[in-house]
Amino acid sequence: MKEYLQKYFTLRKHNAKVAYKKAKNRKMCYLFLAPYAILFTMFYVFPVLASIYFSFTYYNVLEAPRFIGLQNYISLILQDDIFLIGVKNTLLIAVITGPLGYIMSFLFAWLINELPRWVRSIAVMVFYAPSIAGNCFVIFSVFFRGDAYGYVNAFLINLGIIDKPILWLVNPQYMLPICMLVILWMSLGSGFLSFVAGLQGVDKSQFEAGYMDGIKNRWQELWFITLPNMKPMLMFGAVMAITQAFNVADVTMQLCGFPSTDYAARTIVAHLIDYGSMRFEMGYACAIATILFLMMILCNKAIQSFLRRVGT
Amino acid sequence: MSKDSNKKKTEKETKEQVYRKKLIKKRKPNRSIIGDILLYLILLLIAFIMAFPLIYAVSSALKPLDELFKFPPTIFPKRPTIDNFSDLFVTMGKSWVTFSRYLFNTVFITFVGTFGHLIIASMAAFVLAKYEFPGNQAFFKLVTVAMMFTGYVTAIPNYIILNKLGWIDTYWAIIIPAFASPLGLFLMKQFMEGLPTSLIEAAKIDGANEWKVFSGIVMPNVKPAWMTLIIFSVQALWNNRASTFIYSEEKKTLVFALQQIQSGGIARTGQGAAVLVVVMIVPIIIFVFSQSQILETMASSGLKD
Repeated sequence: MKEYLQKYFTLRKHNAKVAYKKAKNRKMCYLFLAPYAILFTMFYVFPVLASIYFSFTYYNVLEAPRFIGLQNYISLILQDDIFLIGVKNTLLIAVITGPLGYIMSFLFAWLINELPRWVRSIAVMVFYAPSIAGNCFVIFSVFFRGDAYGYVNAFLINLGIIDKPILWLVNPQYMLPICMLVILWMSLGSGFLSFVAGLQGVDKSQFEAGYMDGIKNRWQELWFITLPNMKPMLMFGAVMAITQAFNVADVTMQLCGFPSTDYAARTIVAHLIDYGSMRFEMGYACAIATILFLMMILCNKAIQSFLRRVGT
Repeated sequence: MSKDSNKKKTEKETKEQVYRKKLIKKRKPNRSIIGDILLYLILLLIAFIMAFPLIYAVSSALKPLDELFKFPPTIFPKRPTIDNFSDLFVTMGKSWVTFSRYLFNTVFITFVGTFGHLIIASMAAFVLAKYEFPGNQAFFKLVTVAMMFTGYVTAIPNYIILNKLGWIDTYWAIIIPAFASPLGLFLMKQFMEGLPTSLIEAAKIDGANEWKVFSGIVMPNVKPAWMTLIIFSVQALWNNRASTFIYSEEKKTLVFALQQIQSGGIARTGQGAAVLVVVMIVPIIIFVFSQSQILETMASSGLKD
C-alpha cells in the first residue's frame, strides 16, 4: 500500500512539474486569459459557489445565514408539493420545446442559407426578431384573452367550433400548451444566429467533393458534410437551448399570472422567484437553484455525448 | 467594393464558359426542384406565422384609443395615428428625469459594456481555442457549466461583491459583470476553433508575436462571430432594467422608465402598446444594420485544414 502511494505521489509530482514547465512556456496565454478569468471568477464563479453554500443554510437576507445542513433539500423534495408540480412542468416544457426549438433553429438556418442574399437577410430578421423583441410576447395574452374579445375565441366562435369563450390562460388544461407555443415562437434565438453565421463558414469545395463522391440528395449532404462541419456551433446551440428550456419563467408568469390557477403553469424558476424575492427565503431558493443546476448539467452531459456521434 | 468587382469578374467568366457547364453551376447539385418548392412554401408559411404577432404589435400601437377597445377586434387600424407615440413623449417629458438622460444611460451602458466584452472575451477565447496549456480544458468547462446557473439567486452574492467594490449605484455595476458574460466567450471560442492552426503558425514564422496574431489575423477572420457577439451583448444590455444594482432615478435605463409607463393601467393602453414597439424596435434595427456583416464576411475562404 505504502509503495503504491509513494509511486502515486512521485507520478503526481512529475505531472505537476511537467504542467508547471508547460505553463511557464505559455505565460502569454495566461496573460490573455487573465482579464476575463478574474472578472469571471468574481462575478460568476464566486456567486455560484456562494449560492450553493446558501442552499445549506437558513438565510432570509436580513440575518446572517445559519447552517442547517440538508434541511432545505429534504423539505423541498418531501414536503413541497408545488415544487414537484414545478419540476413536472419544467421537464415537460424542456423536453418538448428544447429539442423542437433546437431542430427548428438548425433547419431554418440551413434552409435559408441557400437563398439569395437579400431574401436571406429578410428571412433571418423575420425568424430572429421574436427572440430579441423584449417582452413582446405579452401580445399573446391579447390573442388568447379569456373573453369573446380575444382573437382566438372570436375566431373559433365565428367558425362555430365553440359556443362560449374558453378561458385559455386561466384553465389549467390549456395553459401549458399555450406557453409552449409562445416559447417555440421565441426559440429561434442565439443558437439560430450562430448557426446562420456558422453555415456561411462551411467550405464550399467540400460540397463539390461530396457530389463527386456520390452524395445523392440534400439530406445526405446535410448529414455527411454540413453537420460535421457545424459541430462547434451545434454544441453552442445545444447549451443555449438547454439553458433556455430549463429557465422558463417569464413567459408562464406573464401569460398565466403569478401564481397561476392551481399552480398549473408553475415552473422551477417561478417557484424560485416566489421564495427568493417574495418570501425572502434565500436559502430555500438557492436549494431550488442548485437542483435545477444539477438537472441542467446532467442534460448537458447527455446531449454532448450524443452530439459527438453526429455525422458518423 | 473590391468584392463586388470580383463578383462581376467571376460572373463574366462563367458567362464565357460553355452552356452546359453554366447549367450545372447555376443549380446546385443534390437539389430537386419539387423539394425546393415544397420546402420554401413551408418556410414562407412559418415565416408569416412568426411575423404576425410582431406586425400586430406595431399595428396596435398605431391604433387610436377607441379602436384598441373595439369589438370585434380588428387587426389593422382603420385610422392609423401616431398619437400613442407622441403621448409617450409627453408623459416622458413630465418626469423629472429627462428622456435624453434615460437614453444616455442606456446607450452608455450598452456601448461600453459591449466593447469591453468583445475585447476581453475574444482575448480569452483566442488562447482557449488555439493554444494548449494546463488548465485550458478545465477553465472552458467551468465557463459552460457556470452559464447554466440561474441568475436570480446569484444576484445576492453579486450585490455583496459590488457593494464591497463600491460600485453599487454606478454604471459599473452593470458594465463590468457584462464584460465577463460566458455567452460571448463560448461563442468566440467555438468560432475560433474553426480557424486553421497553420494560419497562426505561418504568422509566427513571419515573426508576429501573440498580440499581432490575435489582432491582425485571428480577429479579422472571425468577423461574423464578433458581429454575432455584439448583437447578443447589445440585446442583453439594452433590455437590462438595472433595477437591482442602480437605484437613483437619474441613472436608470430607458427600458426601466418605459416599463414604468406601461404598467400605468388601462388608461395607458395606447402608450403601453407604443412602449412595446419602442423597446422591441431598437434591438431589431441594430440587428438589421449589423446583420449584413454577420452573413457576408466569412473571410476565411478556403483556409480550412
